[in-house]
Amino acid sequence: MTALLGAVGRPVLQAIAAVGRVVLFAAAVVGHILRPPFYFREFGVALLQIGWFSLPVVGLTAIFTGGALALQIYAGGSRFNAEAVVPQIVAIGITRELGPVLGGLMVAARVASSIAAEIGTMKVTEQIDALVTLSTNPLKYLAVPRVLAATLAMPVLVATGDAIGIMGGWLVGITRLDFNSAAYLKNTLDFLEVWDVGSGLVKGAVFGFIVALMGCYHGMHSARGAQGVGAATKAAVVSASVLILAANYVLTEVFFTS
Amino acid sequence: MIELRGVHKGFGENRVLQGVDLTIASGTSMVIIGGSGTGKSVLLKCILGLVRPDAGSITLDGQDVTTADRDAFLARFGMLFQGGALFDSLRVWENVAFRLVRGPKALPKAQARDLAVEKLRRVGLKPEVADLYPAELSGGMQKRVGLARAIAAEPEIIFFDEPTTGLDPIMAGVINELIREIVVEMGATAMTITHDMSSVRAIADNVAMLHGGVIRWTGPVSEMDATPDPYVQQFIHGRADGPIESVR
Repeated sequence: MTALLGAVGRPVLQAIAAVGRVVLFAAAVVGHILRPPFYFREFGVALLQIGWFSLPVVGLTAIFTGGALALQIYAGGSRFNAEAVVPQIVAIGITRELGPVLGGLMVAARVASSIAAEIGTMKVTEQIDALVTLSTNPLKYLAVPRVLAATLAMPVLVATGDAIGIMGGWLVGITRLDFNSAAYLKNTLDFLEVWDVGSGLVKGAVFGFIVALMGCYHGMHSARGAQGVGAATKAAVVSASVLILAANYVLTEVFFTS
Repeated sequence: MIELRGVHKGFGENRVLQGVDLTIASGTSMVIIGGSGTGKSVLLKCILGLVRPDAGSITLDGQDVTTADRDAFLARFGMLFQGGALFDSLRVWENVAFRLVRGPKALPKAQARDLAVEKLRRVGLKPEVADLYPAELSGGMQKRVGLARAIAAEPEIIFFDEPTTGLDPIMAGVINELIREIVVEMGATAMTITHDMSSVRAIADNVAMLHGGVIRWTGPVSEMDATPDPYVQQFIHGRADGPIESVR
């Protein structure tokens, strides 16, 4: 009985401890954001790496998702003569859900992995120790610029993804589903409300924070050797993806059910 | 002066340091020898505050290092890491000038670059190297850049972690000579950890042997060969037979 309780309790306690460590890490990062010194160059590089270089993958994801969504809504809507709602449902589906969530997941795959691998390698090659001996706080130098850059860049990526995703639906609508181009765009614009887009941007900021935080956390806690860095990279992507999906549900509850 | 008294450090069940007592006088070069896994690097990291000791005290000029102002404390140190630990994303000169362009006494970029090039020249590297990235350098050149970074801010105390590991004997000799010259020239206090006996003889004023979590023997390098301590004798002559188990 004691062994059984131990077997169940140990992983639970470990999970609680891990959550506690992540929360403390997040609090430390947030606490450092407004306190000098500020590393503007590192912030600029992170903004470029996370924001600008993620545009192609977010754009491609959005255009194909928008196109597929239009086809699905048309096929589903035709069962009860509601094919005409394609523009509206594509717009609301992309801006509220698919734009931020799929964008977040794609950025998690691309950015959380690269941050964890980079910082993990820095840890195992003693570069993080070297930062300390050079009177530089690794959290402030490595984590704060990346987390801030991801939090600010993600809403821009989501907004771009929204526009491209809606365009994907419009392209499929006018080329495959015989929609009138002007009518499709008018229906989209008339139907969309500011909060449809705004809620997606807020989600994007939260997802960006999660992605960079998980990358930095797992990188800084990487075990030794190539295997350790590999495990940290995998953990960063998995934890960021799961947290994005969980946070998306919570935010959707908060935004749209009250 | 750096003083360690009764320093203990363990990782789980593994008791690495079990009461280290050691004194490093200002302006002298102390070399810590000992087998792999005996805790030499842990000892060095305890002094720097990278690892917190479980028990014991470490003082620098009488002040406890754990309560000292971290920035002021670390500003007195320079360190050459075993693998160089150069920042991959920065050019060589930016690595060397890392400390110089940051903090309250930050220098203008151009001045810091000139100083970095001067330090690179001091360790035998040409100015053209300054604009390369660390990945473009050989192991020996990376060690020299690491050395230039360690001395860039002219620290009072310099730590060298396995400075010749992975280098061919000629390059190892060059690095040993450079370390000796720089330490004498700057009048710095030096602490080196190594198991390379040629480094010990080239760099050390004093030697301490770490084994079993304690300092087994310490004394001037000139007395090292004559000591009857069986641990020191086995280690410096690289014998398989003796009190130190060859399979650890």
